Amino acid sequence: MSGALKPILIAAGLVVLLMIAGEMVSPGFASPEQILRLSIVAALLGIVAAGQNLVILGGREGIDLSVGGVISLAALVAGNVMSGSDAGLFPAILACIAVGSLIGLLNGLGVTLLRIPPLVMTLGMLGVVQGLLVVARNGIPSGRAAPMLSDFVSQPQWLGLPGILWLWLLIGLAMAGLLNRTVFGQRIFSIGANEGAARLAGVPTRVTRTLLYVLSGVFSAIAGLCILGYSGSSFANVGGQYMLASIIAVVLGGTPLSGGRGGYTGTMIGALLLVVLQGLLTTLSIDESGRQIIFGSALIVLLLFYGRSSGLRG
Amino acid sequence: MTHRSLLRTMPPYLPVLIILICMFALNGLAEPNSLSAYAIKGLVSTYLALMFLAVGQTIVIFAADIDLSVGAILGLVNVTVVSLMQALGDTPGAILLSMLLAVGVGAACGALNGVLVVILRLQAIVATFATSVLFLGLALWVMPVAGTPAPRLFWRTFGGRIMGIPFAYFVLAALLVLIFLLARSRFIQRLLTVGDDQLAAFQTGLPVTSIRVRGYIMCGVFAAFAGLCITGDTASGDPNVGGLITLNSVAAAVLGGAALSGGVGTLFGSVLGALVIGLVGSLVFFLGTPSEWQNLVQGLTVLAALMVGILFSGRARA
Repeated sequence: MSGALKPILIAAGLVVLLMIAGEMVSPGFASPEQILRLSIVAALLGIVAAGQNLVILGGREGIDLSVGGVISLAALVAGNVMSGSDAGLFPAILACIAVGSLIGLLNGLGVTLLRIPPLVMTLGMLGVVQGLLVVARNGIPSGRAAPMLSDFVSQPQWLGLPGILWLWLLIGLAMAGLLNRTVFGQRIFSIGANEGAARLAGVPTRVTRTLLYVLSGVFSAIAGLCILGYSGSSFANVGGQYMLASIIAVVLGGTPLSGGRGGYTGTMIGALLLVVLQGLLTTLSIDESGRQIIFGSALIVLLLFYGRSSGLRG
Repeated sequence: MTHRSLLRTMPPYLPVLIILICMFALNGLAEPNSLSAYAIKGLVSTYLALMFLAVGQTIVIFAADIDLSVGAILGLVNVTVVSLMQALGDTPGAILLSMLLAVGVGAACGALNGVLVVILRLQAIVATFATSVLFLGLALWVMPVAGTPAPRLFWRTFGGRIMGIPFAYFVLAALLVLIFLLARSRFIQRLLTVGDDQLAAFQTGLPVTSIRVRGYIMCGVFAAFAGLCITGDTASGDPNVGGLITLNSVAAAVLGGAALSGGVGTLFGSVLGALVIGLVGSLVFFLGTPSEWQNLVQGLTVLAALMVGILFSGRARA
């Protein structure tokens, strides 16, 4: 476990360092309200990254590029189903999960039955979902979040923390339990490490892998719902920025893209690290180009800490 | 087993060629004017950038690498060349010098990707995404706001004709000659060997590291060529011009028969793949699809084309 713990500790240390640096550069950066705000943004990213994490753990070049599209579509569907009323919240949640699992199922079937490389399948799916968004936007209004949902995401509820942070914590515990304590979790690691061996050992590899994509769709849809609650109404391509950010969060958390190794606890810290870094750059008074240059360079430096593959000399 | 042997002996770009011919036929059926000389020229000059980008992407995919920063390189080259031409003047000499320097910028971006992915061994997808953020920042630094025009001489030449033949066709011919020569070069053969089995290539004494780095540099150079084409087509500088085109370059390479796992594919197939993506767009338009449905139909068609291409190329391994 010590090997798996190292990247998590590095990332956690960096989060603390960045908070201290932020507090020194602009006092108030590490204030409780600001920490709460950054945590909410990190939770949104972290929920998307949970699905991304599962797909990547399953190996065979597993990756889900359609998460951004699913988020936008789920936010649009949910906003219209609830249209600003608490009564519509439950049907909206169901609709969201249906949308996410359907897209995830199609991704999974394309990858397992048609043996299309995940990058290509989910990329093609992203194009389809973006097209669907344009159609939907023309036919139906953009929708509004129910007050209950907005409160869940941004108002302190239990013990001073908003519901979304409790949800994220719950997802974190559920993911840890799923990956370490269940047969399904063992199957994920086994198909990620060596699919052929897993199949010979009797693991239903196709079903398992398809389920990973379904779960990724569902997590993205839940994130889309929460993002709707965070912003109040759904706007065009609200999920676009989450596609590569979710992958980076997974890698920063110590799960290599090759799969079969890693876990979700690190990914949570990775999401936090990414959000704190972005938050710090936003508070600095530099223009957009400087921010992008620093963010890109910082990502490169962060990736140098870990996420490196082994050399040919072994 | 004749079916199998047929699959093995056919050129790897055959599926995409068939799809391309179907696309042309469907375009002709939907709107005969879409096959007019004027429409074809428009298609070629619009999609030249994607063709160059797809070839660059294919070069790194040959070695089982990937470059998600090609769109950002294209954008950086676009604003660099427009700014340089504005600074150096619009004489032919100054324009050529600006273009040369811009290609150098592309090569430098590719070299950075190569160093990070190959020498420092970062994972290609995340590393080139990080550099794409960096390149976008640099592009915004060079030109904070879109809209600086390119010199008249530059875009008039690109959009014009020489001896009655559209200039875009000369660029296309140059691209085809270039990939014809490249496909026979030792460089591409070695990239394919590395992509097929990196460890075996290393053990037989191939300089794997240098081959892969040079692949990334070459990809940067082709992205720069694509940036020059975009500049000629749009006649202005825009730091965000490279938005969706990166993902299209990957799709074009896969459509063209390149395997993301490396070692398989042709540069020519990727050029055809880029044309298919262009033709899908024009087909959707000419079919009279209501505008809000166009993106969906296009997305579905590209996805279907990708599936058909992968299934029929008979090497649907992932």
